[in-house]
Amino acid sequence: MRRGRSGLAAILPFLWLALFFAFPFVLVAKLSLSETALAMPPYAPRIDWSQGLDGLKAFFAALDGETYARLTKDRLYLDAYLSSLRIAATGTGLLLLIGYPIAYGISRCPPAVRQALVMAVILPFWTSFLIRIYAWIAILKPAGILNGALAALGLPPVDILNTETAVLLGLVYAYLPFMVLPLYAVLERRDESLIEAAQDLGATPLSAFWRVTFPLSLPGAAAGALLCFIPMAGEFVIPDLLGGSDTLMLGRVIWTEFFANRDWPAASAVAIVLLATLVAPILLFERQQAKVLR
Amino acid sequence: MDPGADGALTGRPQHRPQIGGIRSSFAPWEDPAARPLVRFEGVSKAFGDAQAVKGVDLSIYEREFFALLGPSGCGKTTLMRMLAGFESPDGGRIMLGERDIQADPPHRRPVHMMFQAYALFPHLTVALNIAFGLKRQGLPKAEIAARVAEMLALVKLDGLGQRRPDQLSGGQRQRVALARALAPRPRILLLDEPMAALDKKLREETQFELMSLQQTLGMTFMIVTHDQDEAMVVADRIAVMREGRIVQVGRPAEVYEAPVDRYVAGFIGDVNLFEGKVSAHEGPLLRLQAADGQFDAEGTADVGEQVWLAVRPEKIAVHTEPPADPRNRLAGRILDYGYLGDWTTYLVEIAPGRTIRAARANATRTVDRPLGCDDPVWLTFAPSSAVVLTK
Repeated sequence: MRRGRSGLAAILPFLWLALFFAFPFVLVAKLSLSETALAMPPYAPRIDWSQGLDGLKAFFAALDGETYARLTKDRLYLDAYLSSLRIAATGTGLLLLIGYPIAYGISRCPPAVRQALVMAVILPFWTSFLIRIYAWIAILKPAGILNGALAALGLPPVDILNTETAVLLGLVYAYLPFMVLPLYAVLERRDESLIEAAQDLGATPLSAFWRVTFPLSLPGAAAGALLCFIPMAGEFVIPDLLGGSDTLMLGRVIWTEFFANRDWPAASAVAIVLLATLVAPILLFERQQAKVLR
Repeated sequence: MDPGADGALTGRPQHRPQIGGIRSSFAPWEDPAARPLVRFEGVSKAFGDAQAVKGVDLSIYEREFFALLGPSGCGKTTLMRMLAGFESPDGGRIMLGERDIQADPPHRRPVHMMFQAYALFPHLTVALNIAFGLKRQGLPKAEIAARVAEMLALVKLDGLGQRRPDQLSGGQRQRVALARALAPRPRILLLDEPMAALDKKLREETQFELMSLQQTLGMTFMIVTHDQDEAMVVADRIAVMREGRIVQVGRPAEVYEAPVDRYVAGFIGDVNLFEGKVSAHEGPLLRLQAADGQFDAEGTADVGEQVWLAVRPEKIAVHTEPPADPRNRLAGRILDYGYLGDWTTYLVEIAPGRTIRAARANATRTVDRPLGCDDPVWLTFAPSSAVVLTK
């Protein structure tokens, strides 16, 4: 009996993944290999179940990579793809630069203060994501709060709404907790005696940080970077609301293909390519982790 | 002791005549001309309301193996951490040679510490752990490599330089920690409970290795421990601490055989205490009137003074027939005994609820025990074997 139950418990996560990850993924993958059609789905080919195994064979034979070939021909896709990766990478870099001092600062506070500060980092999640991004429009628009403040200080106004700067600002703002929390988790568990040992052996406090604290916090930085980079590369809402027409990101390309062009296979193919490139860093990271453990 | 004959001026001999006994050849603390390497002068430290260290004066000499001994919370670790620079004293000062090191941060002190849980850098290999202090000194690469190899050989870890700390056993990790702290050649090496994480057998081996290492390198070691056996084995001198104060400083044998008070007598080894009043002087002897009887002992105390007679279990002889001499004789029956192989410890009831501990070396191979529970026995001790304590 007990064995059966624990078996069920082990199967549950797999069921979950099969239902909400594998199945949709197969659907999207199938779509990306299908013929473009002007009508709604299903797109050709379809499996003719009445033919049995032959129908299945015919189905696989009819699938083709024509859509993928099309992606390589149009510069737009490559540009959007590179621009997405560039923006996500820049955002991740900025998040590391901003998130690390925050996480480090929190981890050095007395325990009671730490709790309050971690709460403060999580607090923005309690309001709607969309509202918070709209709020940035109010701040950044030409006659917005930012320019009002600049004018009050006698400084020239800036026009950054609908630029890549605004997109980066929004991304960094929205993803900061995802960077701070994993970093904080490793920094908080830091073994104080290691820092003391480093200083005891002649390392200045700064050198002790770079040689001991920092390398030991890298797994947290890697986790934070993955947690931010992947969704940022596919981000749609922030570039759509804060970016201009010249901010090219894959999220918007997918949206356009889906809703404006009604080209579901193209949208699916773009999504699959994005996924494939995002899985690569995860696998690299996992392998690195496994190496450290060994 | 003749200060001119000891090793302070002529260099310490490479061989210790006795382990745990009196190493008469090395005693710079008895030489008024000797300059201590480390001096604590009226050092105090409080954490909030808790006074951890209360006005400690202490001198540690070059090439000495010094032990700070006391129960947990007695302030011994705080004292050591103040020397390393991780805590700063509220009062008093700490001198290293002729320098007041109060203002020096830990990384500028030529004092290295072997941490209790070793504190090895988990992301660095054994060799890089050992090289850590050498690199901070800015030594040339070739010299660092040579010194790391030398240290690995010294702690018998040759060939393990490329391992990571988590690939080592507890004993090996301990050696890496030792090598790492020794590599930059500190003026004094601090050892914070260095053997707490080792099992008994390994601990004993390590104690002897530490001693021979300290001898070979001619370095000054200061160890913090709560284990009196460990302190007795390794140290030239022991400072017994209690509640932030140093109660007694002396050679292991002095601390054991001539404790200054009941606390030290009880903390180092087992002891039987007889409480009473001095009733008379008889030549060099005191006569003590105690609840358990009348005893003679060597010591100094005034007639009528309240004193305690401390007698170690191994200094009490156990007899099966009543000895003729009634002096320092107690009659009782064996309540319990513990056979330890080399020794047998007897718990003897001399009055209802009053027990005395006596130990007897098992000098012959007697498997059939001659003494057992409820056997009537007589205990005696020599007047010179008892210590008269006034506090």
